[in-house]
Amino acid sequence: MSANPSKNIKQFFFSKRWWILTTVLLVFFTLWTSEFQQANTTSVLVSTLRHSTPLVLGAMCGLLCERSGVINIGIEGQMLMSAWGGFMVASTSGSLLLGVFAGIGIGMMMGAVLAGISVGLRGDQIIAGTVINIAALGITSFFFSLGRTLPSGKAQVIKLGPLADIPVAGRVLFSNKPITFLTLLMIPTLWFLLFRTKWGLRTRAVGEHPSAAETVGISVIGMRYLNVIMGGGIAGLAGAYLSLEAVGSFERVMTNGKGFVALAVMIFGRWNPVGAWGAALLFGYASAIQTQFQFRDWLTDDPQFIGIIPFVVTIVVLAGFVGRARPPASIGQPYSRE
Amino acid sequence: MMNNFRLFLIPVLAVALAIATGAVIIALSGSSPVDAYKALIDGSLSDSKSIGRTLEKATPLVMGGLAVAFAFKAGLFNIGGQGQLVFGALIAGAVGYGITGLPWIIHTPLALLAGAVAGAMWGAIPGILKASRGAHEVITTIMLNFVALNMTDWLASKVWREEGVIVRTPHIESSAEIPRWGELPAGFFLAVVVAFLCWYLLRSTTFGFEIKSVGLNPNAASYAGISVKKIVIMTMAISGLLAALGGAIETQGVVGRYEPGFNAGLGFEGITIALLARTHPLAVIPAAVLIGAMEAGGSMMQFKADVSPEITDIIQALILIFVATPILVRWFLSQKETNELSVSTTWGSS
Repeated sequence: MSANPSKNIKQFFFSKRWWILTTVLLVFFTLWTSEFQQANTTSVLVSTLRHSTPLVLGAMCGLLCERSGVINIGIEGQMLMSAWGGFMVASTSGSLLLGVFAGIGIGMMMGAVLAGISVGLRGDQIIAGTVINIAALGITSFFFSLGRTLPSGKAQVIKLGPLADIPVAGRVLFSNKPITFLTLLMIPTLWFLLFRTKWGLRTRAVGEHPSAAETVGISVIGMRYLNVIMGGGIAGLAGAYLSLEAVGSFERVMTNGKGFVALAVMIFGRWNPVGAWGAALLFGYASAIQTQFQFRDWLTDDPQFIGIIPFVVTIVVLAGFVGRARPPASIGQPYSRE
Repeated sequence: MMNNFRLFLIPVLAVALAIATGAVIIALSGSSPVDAYKALIDGSLSDSKSIGRTLEKATPLVMGGLAVAFAFKAGLFNIGGQGQLVFGALIAGAVGYGITGLPWIIHTPLALLAGAVAGAMWGAIPGILKASRGAHEVITTIMLNFVALNMTDWLASKVWREEGVIVRTPHIESSAEIPRWGELPAGFFLAVVVAFLCWYLLRSTTFGFEIKSVGLNPNAASYAGISVKKIVIMTMAISGLLAALGGAIETQGVVGRYEPGFNAGLGFEGITIALLARTHPLAVIPAAVLIGAMEAGGSMMQFKADVSPEITDIIQALILIFVATPILVRWFLSQKETNELSVSTTWGSS
């Protein structure tokens, strides 16, 4: 730490220059495309946050697993199963809260399956994740039934008193649905847990150098089970968000690749919850931009070109950043005590 | 000898277990599993017509399974079969209707080749991204699937669209059609020939040896003078070519044109088949026929036994679980003998 505070601030801004530049450019682009109208700008920002919520949740699931050394390519399947399970429970019982808990529970069960195959039985982690994705697709399609609805309707917006009346920021940040608020709280919480607590230190140790961690008495297998199951719960929350908060029903293959985009978000955010949030907002913006194009009447005859934007952004980000971002060292390797 | 027998036993047991579990699910959903499976066999294997349908369904599955199995040999996991297949199907359809006046002996292979080359180019993209930038192919191929679906959708609705309300390309010329021999689709035999070619390439050529070396240990392969980057790109291109050829055969032999929503879900079935075949190119053929029979008989099962045909998706998922989880393998083989698949070694490394 340097003693000179102004130098520190300069360094901070210099190290974050790309983030700052991107943000400024995006703000400008948003204002321009929404024709400098407050209502348009607000709706784009609201839509960005809405699209980013399942992505940052998925990314937090991924980074919990990967920080402890387990690749989770099955986030997509975990989300899909939870979206379906949460919806079924909520539509049968009539309680959204019960549905959300069911979604989290199913996500944790799917996490346990992944952990069982890849940690317990030391199977290949990517194949294990793919199995989860395919199984989720088959199971949810088979038990999918048309015409089911939520008796209570989807989750409603909660306004945080006078804060919600602030122009633009009030609508975007302080007037949201419950899982969105929960997500906004979880981001700093997970960051704190990972980087400032004993559990976080152990998790990272297990991911970087498992045999060293084992030597000082940390149970590598136990930590990996715990984190992968907890991660599954977070992916489950993302699934519940999709069916109970965003859409209000279950549709076949409703995750639509979000679980994989979340992995790119995780890498772009460098396995850090706060970084992942920034990345998720960027990706959310790539999805929200579709409305922007409609405002300006661009490409409305060729919607397919708008539809590929989030996926192309994912590829570009992966190709551009993966080489420079360093994953936890022991990732992908099954651990066995010799 | 004993080992070979045991290796053969694992997939058979996985299938048996999956079918048994499927029976329990059918019973739980209130239908008779015996009736359901009888109808399934009725619709897929009972006469020459249903066998023809089974082989027809199995054709793109052989190619999709080969695409995944081939990439596995180099330690690569190609989940992009779906995108590569639709590109191959669309381009073959475009060449099939756009070029007229050619004799079939030129037109049919030309359309197949055009589709295959399009798929090879599309498949090479994740290979290049992996070799040059270290982007893992599992994510890039899935993202490219979504891109491919949108792009083919656009091409079919804007560029090569048939006059009329339905979004699809015009029907191909008869000179580009792959014939049927009685009830048997010739395309299936083409797929079998390709499977043998893959087997030969991997078993008896230098290129095949290089692919397997990279798959077993990229560092050692690199030390031995093999260009790992070149092999990664070439393997992904060939894998894409195989999947796309499956799409081209489907267009020219079955559907006759390209329509959006073409053969959805095939990319995943290719994974099931490749793992069921334990990535052996020749074993892909029976594995694909098995899955093809399930698909051919699915509608009969719904008609006769009132069981949703998605049960076959569940059975496939169960097969995959039993094949891919090492539980079964551990039961039958001791630790040392297992030669398990691994594709996690290159995650995130550049």
